[in-house]
Amino acid sequence: MVEVLLHGVTKYPLVTAFVVVGVVMYVAGVVSKAMGGRVHASAIAIVMGLALAYIGGKYAGGKHGLADVGLFSGLGLMGGSVFRDFAIVSTAFGAKLEELKKAGVPGVVSLFVSVAVSMIIGGAAALAFGYTDPVEITTIGAGAVTFIVGPVTGNALGASSEVIALSVAAGVVKSITVMVTTPFLAKAAGLDNPAAACVYGGLMGSTSGVAAGLAATDARLVPYGALTATFYTGLGCLLCPSVGYMVVLALFG
Amino acid sequence: MVIYGLALMGGCMVVGTALGYLVGHLLGISANIGGVGMAMLMLVVFSRQLMDKDQLSAAAQSGIKFWSAMYIPIVVAMCTRQNVVAAFDAGALAFIAGLAATASGFLLIRPISALGPRSEPLPPIEQEGK
Repeated sequence: MVEVLLHGVTKYPLVTAFVVVGVVMYVAGVVSKAMGGRVHASAIAIVMGLALAYIGGKYAGGKHGLADVGLFSGLGLMGGSVFRDFAIVSTAFGAKLEELKKAGVPGVVSLFVSVAVSMIIGGAAALAFGYTDPVEITTIGAGAVTFIVGPVTGNALGASSEVIALSVAAGVVKSITVMVTTPFLAKAAGLDNPAAACVYGGLMGSTSGVAAGLAATDARLVPYGALTATFYTGLGCLLCPSVGYMVVLALFG
Repeated sequence: MVIYGLALMGGCMVVGTALGYLVGHLLGISANIGGVGMAMLMLVVFSRQLMDKDQLSAAAQSGIKFWSAMYIPIVVAMCTRQNVVAAFDAGALAFIAGLAATASGFLLIRPISALGPRSEPLPPIEQEGK
């Protein structure tokens, strides 16, 4: 009997996901109100989503958090790159071209500076932990760029799977840190206008991190940040295994 | 028709993605470089043009606005499928690299923003209307 009724939640996984996210959003709204509205409901929903991802990941032992639990597989589709990117593009409707033009130069600068700085930080951390092989330093450095750049670089350079896994982990830590800390640091960092959002997108880079970070801070900034962020991973994949590796090789080869 | 809005947005995305992969191909990597960003730029420009000519009906606009409004729920769904376990179990090196990279990003927002013309802060949100 239970199994028959369970079809209600397993037959249309995407619809189940709409229900689950709706419930999460509702609870987040209630919690936000209970806290006197000091923390944005979307920020709470995002943290709740991450907590559910942790529980789901522990339970199913997969890479996709709660989406690996059969009952909630629709979350994989709803939160996957197709829906995410489509929704990101839709936010551009209503964005102001003048603001984007203002942010042109700083936005491009932020992309290059951040790929370099992230790689230096990641590489320095690798050095501090005793990694001396240029391939390993570069791969872990690339992981600090984003969790996609790390494995792309590692595979291109022939790094071991252990080091590649480490680079992915560094990128995931970065992405999740961006999601959770942005609403709290936004004011202090000057992230309250469209141009700063463009720069922020270029500096943080991770599309998911920026998408969630700005959603939790002020959804009106989303198009500006997302626009630059979408260039970041590609730029990292281009620069890290080539220029980045050559620099590391020259210094530590 | 609602579908016209989706088709406009989808068309921008299809062309943008093709351009993104073309840029990647020209640079010698198999990746989509800025395809979504280019799609966004196209949507900003084309939707503005169509609206100026009064050719984007309210229904067509509502097709786009629906997805805009779905943005935060989609992001929440995205969060539920992150590999949070990997982040927690990563160990000190991954933590330090990830945290320090994020911290440096926040510190750089002001100096790099200062390279461009001033952008005014958005007015405060009146009431949470969701």
